[in-house]
Amino acid sequence: MLSRVASNLCWLGRYLERAENTARLINVNSNLLLDLPKSIVLGWEPLVDIVSDRTAFYAIYDVADEHNVLRFLLHGPNNPSSIVSSLEFARENARTIREIIPREVWEQINELYLYGHENYSKALVRRSRYEFLTEVIESVQKITGILAGTMTQDEGYHFLKIGRNLERADMTTRIIDVRSASLLPETETEQSAFENLQWMSVLKSLTAYQMYRREMRLRIRRPDVLKFLLLEERFPRSLLHALQEVGRCVQTLPNYAETKTEIERVEKMLMDANPQSLIQDKLHHFIDDVQLGINHVFNKLEETYF
Amino acid sequence: MPIDWNKYDTGPFHDELVETSGRPRGYAKELCKFIQNLSDVELQEYKAGADSAIKVMGITFRVYNDEEGSIDRAWPFDIVPRLIELKEWQQIEKGLKQRVKALNMFINDLYNEQNIVKDGIFPEALLTHSKNFLPQCKGVTPPLGIWAHICGSDLVRDQHGTVYVLEDNLRVPSGVSYMLENRQVMKRVFPEMFKQYDILPVDNYPSDLYDMLAALSPRNIPEPEIVVLTPGIYNSAYFEHAYLAQQMGAELVVGDDLVVEDDNCVYMRTINGLSRVDVIYRRIDDAFIDPEVFNPESTLGVPGLMRAWKSGNVALANAPGSGVADDKVVYSYVPQIIEYYLNETPLLSNVPTYRCVNPDEKEYVLANIEKMVVKPANESGGYGMLIGPHASAKEHEAFRQLIKDDPRNYVAQPMLLLSTAPTMVGNTVEGRHLDLRPFILSSQEVKVTMGGLTRVAMIKGSTVVNSSQGGGSKDTWIVDMEGS
Repeated sequence: MLSRVASNLCWLGRYLERAENTARLINVNSNLLLDLPKSIVLGWEPLVDIVSDRTAFYAIYDVADEHNVLRFLLHGPNNPSSIVSSLEFARENARTIREIIPREVWEQINELYLYGHENYSKALVRRSRYEFLTEVIESVQKITGILAGTMTQDEGYHFLKIGRNLERADMTTRIIDVRSASLLPETETEQSAFENLQWMSVLKSLTAYQMYRREMRLRIRRPDVLKFLLLEERFPRSLLHALQEVGRCVQTLPNYAETKTEIERVEKMLMDANPQSLIQDKLHHFIDDVQLGINHVFNKLEETYF
Repeated sequence: MPIDWNKYDTGPFHDELVETSGRPRGYAKELCKFIQNLSDVELQEYKAGADSAIKVMGITFRVYNDEEGSIDRAWPFDIVPRLIELKEWQQIEKGLKQRVKALNMFINDLYNEQNIVKDGIFPEALLTHSKNFLPQCKGVTPPLGIWAHICGSDLVRDQHGTVYVLEDNLRVPSGVSYMLENRQVMKRVFPEMFKQYDILPVDNYPSDLYDMLAALSPRNIPEPEIVVLTPGIYNSAYFEHAYLAQQMGAELVVGDDLVVEDDNCVYMRTINGLSRVDVIYRRIDDAFIDPEVFNPESTLGVPGLMRAWKSGNVALANAPGSGVADDKVVYSYVPQIIEYYLNETPLLSNVPTYRCVNPDEKEYVLANIEKMVVKPANESGGYGMLIGPHASAKEHEAFRQLIKDDPRNYVAQPMLLLSTAPTMVGNTVEGRHLDLRPFILSSQEVKVTMGGLTRVAMIKGSTVVNSSQGGGSKDTWIVDMEGS
């Protein structure tokens, strides 16, 4: 497999996952907004922190209100991580490797890009927002499904999966980091119902709520949520699961030893830290370290294969 | 209002489907009847169906535009197919095979003995002034003596229905993917018609192309490494490069993916390290393939590629230098070339062509320029042409000057009344001019596509069919009327 193609496949996986995750994120925030009382101000700014950075945002907008943040996340100029930008990059990547991916996948990606490009403004309006975001999420899921069902599970397929899971691992840590920081101060006493709601929203951003319920059979508590999202190896969007997937894929490639070592280093960090019991500050530092570790894994991949 | 064939006016032209108003040709009767029975709504549905299939399938063509840079356009497609009877097609096919065989012998001769020059058939002066004759290729004989493995010849029909060859494209002819995709679109949109007619399939082109390329491999191994070399996604024909690579299961590479090592072999950079390449279907022009030999500024090509090719370690299709026969002055000699090498009478005619390099022919062209089409010898894509009858006096004068300055570089042809075919315009059909580009593959045997790419000038009265000039296309059906 050509190095350039391997790199393109990996990025294709990342961009598609990014578009899907961003859509999930907006969806959950929008729902949360409807549930919270007016007295609790749940800003939209945290979403900017999750997918991009404030500098880029405030270079164009004055206030982080619903409309501006949504514009930025959907199609914002200055935001290469917006849904439409991600879809556009995915399409450009797919276009350069059309001969590698099944034809239906190219058609789906092309169609999804066209849909996103032509309809993103629907999501600015609350009434049609859900429809647009769900379409994006479902289309990416469909693409993932077609790939799983039709593409030979060769090196190329594994590079796609590596990209998808690295992006997922990255996004999961970002969501936890920003969300836990913007939640209400931790108290020993009875949690407020609203904090409860917010932790639920974290779970829901990752479509983890139902699975958490089945698994934990507990009320929503910070340590349990953290444990589930960081360490539950059987849940596909948990950090540990994503890392392990990357590890499994890497093992099918030539010369994988060094990359594998980097992955194991992050896994070990995760197991040793007992992150569910960390207080906010420590958790933040810990997540920084994990993100650095994920970067090292990606750099090693780049160095070895691309 | 349903389509009324009585109102379809063929004008002074030969129409591919209709003899005269209200009288479809025998082989087009079923098709015309089918179209006539469609309501406006149905017609629009078919058209929308085709448009959406093209959009979803991502069939695009990159158009260069001064204002917007370059943009991807959906492939302009007309839903009314163009029909040719199998009987007639078989004659055309024979003529094309003959022509390409002679052209390949000609190219090989030019780079070796040059007997045709010595025997006084082809003037030496033309050779020395040919832009596409590459001295770097002298003394080389590629396997089987074949240089142009893939040729796309443009055919037109005049007002009497006679088929002429307008030009031969022997460098990097494009369009075959659109021929294949047009058929896919038609099958999605018009499945009913495929029951009515015995339409010969075109789908085997990618495997024929693969077999032809594989046969060129310098290493005698079961699975030679074949790659398609593209200038990249910003090239107007990128869609086609990717498509063909995908259909053949070959790697699609850009120059940077390849490297020529000290052993004069070509390798590609893979996740396993370097891996040997046997055959390159290159879609980059000669001038850019190897900065060591040609344009040193080129970043599209691969340094050392010519060394590897001349050492016989890699096959290039088409071979460098094939473009020498892609010259519009050379074109005018093809009938003599066929007679010289094959000792046969040409089965397909050339459009009469005046060579400005000959003083008396030049005088004739200068005197009659307003009636002629003047073409530079080595341009493609419809650039740099003068269409006399449609040009202003100022343009005529400018071209007269160009011809006087560089007579070798110009040929002129009388303006042909190109044939037309019914084409959807709104909810009705009007005649639009068209041509046909069949693709000819040459290795041990010569194979011609069943039909080819029909290009249509979408603008009323226009005869410029090039997609780079906004032309569109139609599906081309070779129909077997005797079988059905």
